[in-house]
Amino acid sequence: MSDTQNLTLVQAVRDGLKGELERDDDVVVFGEDVGKNGGVFRATQGLHDEFGEDRVFDTPLAESGIVGTAIGMAAYGMKPVPEMQFSGFAYPAFDQIVSHAARLRTRSRSRFSVPMTLRMPYGGGIRAPEHHSESKEAFYTHEAGLKVVVPSTPRDTKGLLAASIRDPDPVVFMEPKLIYRAFREEVPDETYTVELGEAKTRREGSDVSVFTWGAMTRPSLEAAEQLEGDIDVEVVDLRTLSPMDWDAIVESFKKTGRAVVVHEAPKTGGLGAEITATIQEEALGYQRAPVTRVTGFDTPFPLYALEDYYMPEAARIEDGIREAVEF
Amino acid sequence: MSVLDTDPREQVQVLAEGGSVVEGATVPDLSEEEFVEMYRTMKLARHFDQRAVSLQRQGRMGTYPPLAGQEAAQVGSAMALDEQDWLIPSYREHAASYVHGLTLEGTLRYWMGDERGNKLDDLNIFPVAVPIASQVPHAAGLGMAANYNDTDEVFMCYFGDGATSEGDFHEGLNFGGVFDTPTVFFCNNNQWAISVPREKQTASETIAQKAIAYGIDGVQVDGMDPLAVYKVAKAAVDRARNGEGDKLRPTLIEAVQYRYGAHTTADDPSVYRQDDEVEEWKAKDPIPRMETFLRDRGVLDDERVAEITESIEDEVAAAIETAEGFTRPTTDSMFEHVYADMPERLREQKAYLDRLQSKHGDEELLE
Repeated sequence: MSDTQNLTLVQAVRDGLKGELERDDDVVVFGEDVGKNGGVFRATQGLHDEFGEDRVFDTPLAESGIVGTAIGMAAYGMKPVPEMQFSGFAYPAFDQIVSHAARLRTRSRSRFSVPMTLRMPYGGGIRAPEHHSESKEAFYTHEAGLKVVVPSTPRDTKGLLAASIRDPDPVVFMEPKLIYRAFREEVPDETYTVELGEAKTRREGSDVSVFTWGAMTRPSLEAAEQLEGDIDVEVVDLRTLSPMDWDAIVESFKKTGRAVVVHEAPKTGGLGAEITATIQEEALGYQRAPVTRVTGFDTPFPLYALEDYYMPEAARIEDGIREAVEF
Repeated sequence: MSVLDTDPREQVQVLAEGGSVVEGATVPDLSEEEFVEMYRTMKLARHFDQRAVSLQRQGRMGTYPPLAGQEAAQVGSAMALDEQDWLIPSYREHAASYVHGLTLEGTLRYWMGDERGNKLDDLNIFPVAVPIASQVPHAAGLGMAANYNDTDEVFMCYFGDGATSEGDFHEGLNFGGVFDTPTVFFCNNNQWAISVPREKQTASETIAQKAIAYGIDGVQVDGMDPLAVYKVAKAAVDRARNGEGDKLRPTLIEAVQYRYGAHTTADDPSVYRQDDEVEEWKAKDPIPRMETFLRDRGVLDDERVAEITESIEDEVAAAIETAEGFTRPTTDSMFEHVYADMPERLREQKAYLDRLQSKHGDEELLE
């Protein structure tokens, strides 16, 4: 049995990057403040010293430039792992992400691919200024050609990051910064992968299925525990949002007949809608109640005086579960 | 010859580091009162900044971007604006905004996470722009609108050295040149974009010289010399307003200065730069420099300085008290400013949040 370290989620990001940098010379890590500073969240701490300026480096402050050059490097055969400092600052690069990273394979009939892993912290709850708190995963899942991964535990983070970096196609790797340091978990020292596209059932239950991801996994589990003895709640952490593990979703739903989708992102056009529609298509005969969505509101993410009202938390999720069960 | 015709690889200076007037430089035509106001405002900004950082440290305020070291650039440039002119800030222009009418409690309110801190009715100040350089094309567009409406407003747009790497910076300057807008593009080059030094940001010798590519004048100024900043900014504002021969109206100003503190209170500069470097730049500190200039002219003495110090401390303390006394914004306000007319679905969501509040209470929702 291999040795482990007790790591936070952000330390697991760092450990995952380190493992892949050691494993494959084609892996390079770059972005704003990822070098000497070790990243504004310390996700790349010490990597510049350890691997040198050629492998881990700071760039000019230009997101479109960062992703555009990553695409060029990836097309050449490298494995770039650029960072967007916050997902809310990725939009200058949006054209490069959706028009080029996502499409170069299609455009060149698979001559070129873009094996890039674009890391970005996302989500609210950290009392940060404007644009530092949004959850816009649906922008990326809407785009064919991109994979979208959102880990929720340190152990998964390292394995999913390795799988993303080794994947032949572009992956948007969204890191739930609210839980960067919220808890620790034993993480193997050696490198390993957690396969993309596979959900993980965090809690088995028979009355209702909660589908969630990222920072919402913990309050969902908390709500499930609160309801124990009353309602038997299953919590499924989707982990990869594109491609989504539809088999796991449909299988869980066939067992419980009820579903609650929990996401921080705004309700309208969020992934809750896609999950709900797929359940209707694939398992209508099993449905015992309307699918409930517990989500952020259809407003811009507020400044921090109001952010805790915006974000779903355990009490709201409990309400949502009761609504589905008591229908 | 206009000061704006200075070679963009040279630096305009009026006050030497010690506070004397450099040989051959002309002191801008300001009244004694205005000189003292310039000094007082810089001192106020420095004190405000220290208090704001300490509020954040005590958990009384969220993330805050400090400005210490950058007072001359902010105060000198904003003093060149008329009341009718517009200030388009990034997120660090607390002192420039103060000069242009924003209260200190307004600034504190914003950084305390309350959107009303950005609701600046009656002031010609654009809301804070957190994404880098995004405000540069806005400033060009505001200038295009002023041209269309045939007004004589000027738009002073602030951004940092890091911003000059973003596409929006180049697009904004290009539009400014092509549409000959009454815009002053003011770069607060404070040497560091978080941890990335200016020399890693661009291979250009100066930022000012980037203006050449857009057909406009660029000028580099000692950004820790308030008189030089005022002089250059005033010339740029006048040209933007009135035109000047065959010159295009926009100017790019690069104010060379230094951020003494962290990028924001979430940053730790000891990780990426040496303390000696900070100390070297402190030799250029604008506040003692201006004080020496005013003492030499007999405008300031110990007594007057003590009076000023006391008055700014009182002003800042009062602003903090006012800001901390503001009530939390209502949850309704989250829904009220998304559209002019609230769509039905937002009404429903607002009502749902009201129900959550009555059912669970604020304490549980805010835990």
